[in-house]
Amino acid sequence: MHVSLRELAHSRSGDKGNTLNIAVIAYEAEFYPHIEAQITEEAVARHYAGVVKGRVTRYAVDRLGVLNFVCEGTLGGGVSRNLCLDNYGKALASGVLTMTVEIPDDLAPRLRSAQTATS
Amino acid sequence: MTIRIGSGSAWWGDRISPAEANAAHGRLDFLCFETMAEATVSAAQVRKSRDPSFPGYDTYLEDRFRAVLPHCLANGTRIVSNQGWINPSGAAEKTKEILAGLGHGDVKVAAVEGALITDRIAALAGPILETGGSLSEIAGEIVSAEAYMGAGPIVEALDNGAQIVLTGRVADPSIFLAPMIHAFGWGPDEVQKYAMGSAIGHLMECGAQVTGGYFADPGYKDVPEPWNFAFPIAEVEEDGSAVLSKLDGTGGRIDRRTVLEQMFYEVHDPANYITPDCVVDFTSATIEEVDPDRVRISGISGKPRTPTLKASIGAREGFIGQDMFFYAGPGALAKARLAKRVLEERFRIVNLQAEDVRIDFLGVNAIHGPMSPEPDPAHEPYEVCVRVAARTRTRAEAEKVGREVDGMAVSGLGSTGKSVPFGDRVREVVGVWSTLVDRAAVTPSIRYF
Repeated sequence: MHVSLRELAHSRSGDKGNTLNIAVIAYEAEFYPHIEAQITEEAVARHYAGVVKGRVTRYAVDRLGVLNFVCEGTLGGGVSRNLCLDNYGKALASGVLTMTVEIPDDLAPRLRSAQTATS
Repeated sequence: MTIRIGSGSAWWGDRISPAEANAAHGRLDFLCFETMAEATVSAAQVRKSRDPSFPGYDTYLEDRFRAVLPHCLANGTRIVSNQGWINPSGAAEKTKEILAGLGHGDVKVAAVEGALITDRIAALAGPILETGGSLSEIAGEIVSAEAYMGAGPIVEALDNGAQIVLTGRVADPSIFLAPMIHAFGWGPDEVQKYAMGSAIGHLMECGAQVTGGYFADPGYKDVPEPWNFAFPIAEVEEDGSAVLSKLDGTGGRIDRRTVLEQMFYEVHDPANYITPDCVVDFTSATIEEVDPDRVRISGISGKPRTPTLKASIGAREGFIGQDMFFYAGPGALAKARLAKRVLEERFRIVNLQAEDVRIDFLGVNAIHGPMSPEPDPAHEPYEVCVRVAARTRTRAEAEKVGREVDGMAVSGLGSTGKSVPFGDRVREVVGVWSTLVDRAAVTPSIRYF
């Protein structure tokens, strides 16, 4: 089945100069291999086309279930020059969660929306 | 031995009451404040050039210290803070004045100077990291340059008995690492401990971001009482491993997920996170939820420090003009689209000279730009705000943005909503560039008050 990445992972972005990093963090360890296989550098670069104007580099930290995407040329020249209202790119982290991932059907009960509130 | 280090702020504008709560109830050995963004120093320099009476340190220093000092003095909590910005000694003098008012004029305060290298940057700068070019290729006038100093001078001040240490630019994790080095007597060759302590500092430097702030996503990542966040407290062991926690009775949460989000915040290669004190490798981290809202971090490794320090350079690069206006009700999006066309034509007519122009529709595509899906024609947004911004070389060009938006008031589309202009719709751009400088060229100095 195809599901939104939002069902499998959460994300956070951070800025450094004109570069944005987006960490994609698997909610469950069993989600991670599917994310790792499908949320590639190329796929993220395509998904952020027009927003990320430079290179996308992916760092995979299998042990922690995290993919970190370093996206160059994303912040309009840097936060003080950026004409985007969200000049730090803080709200760009959520954009990755609309990507879709193919997962085995038996993971369906584990999806984030299938869980009750965690608090 | 365990030491307790509390966070007091994640940035200049941060809330003050969680710092006060940590000072009052955190049983802290150290309270650490991080108040500088990348552009803080250049913004302070620009302000100082316009207003010579601006003292150059954190404009909230007095508010923060009036809130926390009575508790810190009563509890023997020492303070490390980069609220000195471009004037650490001035910040120390102000702090002495506040202390005297509290009847503690004898408390030793240190100011760490030496981060500002504006006058020497032309000679010190290596290639500009963003462009690979040389400093001379940066357009505009340099207003400031500062090196990111490490923990060293803070440790020296603490070793010499300073109760409060105020610095200029210091790398964020170093503010938290310094009390650990001081308390545990770690030697400079104890790289693994430096890396572990720097990692804890990195997790602490953004205040509530590790205790549930900047985390909630309703139904996916729920956070209790997100109006009542605490700033984190680290209980650090001699080997640098630590339990991160927060005060009982506060909102927020601290768990594996909040820790992981913060661990990767502003990190590029997670195996090589460079600080002035060491190179941190987060990939070997172990994160354990030992109790509710108590997370133990261990296993982080590292490598020795690099021979260079990162420096930030602020340069005047022109102006940004911006303004906005609104449509609501039937046809709001169609009106916004025609308004965009009107502005584009107007900018051609008035010959706007801009390096970049952006006309966005809030509620439609202003934040994610071209990634935003096209609105469903059957469910068009009820309200749309048109926001326009242009970056220009001169103030006069930037002012054209506001002038053309003014024209929309009576010569625009029907039902255009618009604020009466107030304040300055033009701001100066101080661009930030980075370079590496030889560590030996930066000499910290410490003054005691």
